[in-house]
Amino acid sequence: MSELVDARGLSCPQPVLITLEKLKLMDRGKVVVLVDTDTSRENVVRAAATLGWQLQESKPEGREYRLTLTKE
Amino acid sequence: MSVIKDFFASRTGIICVGAFIGVFAALLQKWGNPGNMGICVACFERDIAGAIGLHRAAVVQYLRPEILGFVLGAMLSAFAFREFRPRAGSAPIVRFVLGMLAMIGALVFLGCPWRALLRLAGGDGNAIFGLLGLVGGIWIGTLFFKGGYNLGRTQATYASVGWLLPLIMLGLLALRLIFPQIPDQGQSGILFYSVKGPGSQHAALAISLAVGLAVGLVAQRSRFCTMGALRDLILFRQAHLFSGMLALLIAAFVTNLVLGQFKPGFVGQPVAHTMELWNFAGMVVAGLAFALAGGCPGRQLFLAGEGDGDAAVFVLGMIVGAAVSHNFGLASSPKGVGPHGIAAVIISLIVLLFIGFTMRQKTS
Repeated sequence: MSELVDARGLSCPQPVLITLEKLKLMDRGKVVVLVDTDTSRENVVRAAATLGWQLQESKPEGREYRLTLTKE
Repeated sequence: MSVIKDFFASRTGIICVGAFIGVFAALLQKWGNPGNMGICVACFERDIAGAIGLHRAAVVQYLRPEILGFVLGAMLSAFAFREFRPRAGSAPIVRFVLGMLAMIGALVFLGCPWRALLRLAGGDGNAIFGLLGLVGGIWIGTLFFKGGYNLGRTQATYASVGWLLPLIMLGLLALRLIFPQIPDQGQSGILFYSVKGPGSQHAALAISLAVGLAVGLVAQRSRFCTMGALRDLILFRQAHLFSGMLALLIAAFVTNLVLGQFKPGFVGQPVAHTMELWNFAGMVVAGLAFALAGGCPGRQLFLAGEGDGDAAVFVLGMIVGAAVSHNFGLASSPKGVGPHGIAAVIISLIVLLFIGFTMRQKTS
């Protein structure tokens, strides 16, 4: 099962803040993050990488993105 | 397209954009803009407020084409890369007030974060106090973020919402063309033009507009933001945006050296005063307001260009804030703070703390 972070509609730095909060809580596994701007997508992926989380999939859904982050 | 996208999202990309802004800001000064003010988003919006008569400070009235270029360039970039996302509805009245307070604080210091860097790059030591204040204000902002502060979610909305600020900028450009500057005249039709002071110093229209468009294009792509630079460094120990900010400073410094524009000192610096405490405190106010609003003044223009109606409200707040600053004697001058500048800093800080403490609903 993957955890979900809904960061749609939030402005900087909220998407990164709530994603990191969740990643730190989980330590490893799979997290799906929903964002609605390219800026948020880039920021979330960049910040997750600093904690060792990889972007497994970035799926556009209409005007939004569904980002799948994983860490072994 | 994706190669370009990846480049601008990279560390090299943001450094190149920072350097581009630094070099062209120094060049704009060479081409006619005021001292250490090749680009200043706060000052230029203040000049625009003067040009359309919202304030009558005769020395700071000019419809700065750079600002129009920033918004329109960002919009072109957003369309080219399919990133134009009309959105709005995240506490617009708060964003308006934050814009006003940001401008009031910036005009006590005499510059936005970009100009703080450009002032330092030109040798103005007073800028150090402004930059320290900026860091202080943003640091307070990060404490609010950690405490759950946020302005709530935006909603996707009608395309026209995203179009309005770019259209206003096009309208201003039309006014600038219909009522061009008449030498030694303070007014042309409905527009005001400074005949002396910083407002009278400007590069040619085509040059200002071209540089503005180019900066808007690359800054939208790279998400260049000076407030974000410091915020991410403090909050996440992440130096991505900060490297762009540093590149701006170094590039402007080197260009100033080459052009003979580097003049180190504290006294007699262009459009600056030497009151350390109020240079610092003014930027604490501005920095905190930028942090609470999610972007420095430049970034707000680029966001507005890509369809963010809330950022557009912040921009309008800044323009109105400039009018209030000059009409009420809050803005500084080279002689020092304005008659009511100190009171304005204190009241602004209280309002910012009120906003920070009371808007802490956790997002679900």
